[in-house]
Amino acid sequence: MFRRYGEHCVATFAADEVRVLRKVASEVVGLLTDGFDHDDPVVGRLFPDTYPEQPDESADFRRYTEGDLKTAKIDQAGAILAALPASTGGDVRLDGEAAEAWLRALNDARLAMGVRLDIKPDTDIGTELDEAVLRDPTSARVFQLSVYAYLGYLQESLLNALID
Amino acid sequence: MTAPAPAKRPEVEEIPEAERPWVTIVWDDPVNLMAYVTWVFQKLFGYSREKAEKLMLDVHHKGKAVVSSGARERMEHDASQLHAYGLWATVDRA
Repeated sequence: MFRRYGEHCVATFAADEVRVLRKVASEVVGLLTDGFDHDDPVVGRLFPDTYPEQPDESADFRRYTEGDLKTAKIDQAGAILAALPASTGGDVRLDGEAAEAWLRALNDARLAMGVRLDIKPDTDIGTELDEAVLRDPTSARVFQLSVYAYLGYLQESLLNALID
Repeated sequence: MTAPAPAKRPEVEEIPEAERPWVTIVWDDPVNLMAYVTWVFQKLFGYSREKAEKLMLDVHHKGKAVVSSGARERMEHDASQLHAYGLWATVDRA
């Protein structure tokens, strides 16, 4: 959980948190580089059509802007990787610019997971998690839902620390 | 009893499509945190917290809201910026 110290947002991460954040940020980078695929609904959500009613206009706009947007998203995911402590855990200390990059990157990661987990407006993460645990506590879905919930909590704490 | 006849017929002027301004629209999605969306509106558009919060609630309750309006290039710039922040934004005519 992030707290504000002077100009910085600071949090202490345990080894498993570092591992999860590294995995999540690396997956976003992978999705934006080697794994980039316009047919992937996650890519569709991270790079929405600007003119949904006019596919040609959207494609045209995409041609001019997608490269920069992709670079920005890779950079912000990279900001997480760059600031993470060693795998044994430790402190993360972010200035204002790094905190904003983290906020955007955490949001991208949550959007990607939200698509994969099929999060709907009426989805209650607690209920989803309880049901998934009852079905199989060792399932990938239990892990993914826990990570999704954790990222939301982390993003909110960072936002609160930043605007504090 | 009868309603007085209107003195003259009100002129309804159709604004030609080419003269209508463009708008940036943000759509609701189930993932983005409400506080984050409010912060993005303040950050990108310089809106007061009150105005940003009202827009965020419009997005949340009505499914979408117009967050800026003006020249087409400006709206495309806004939409791109919103995409960098992970908001679901589109551009349309007002």
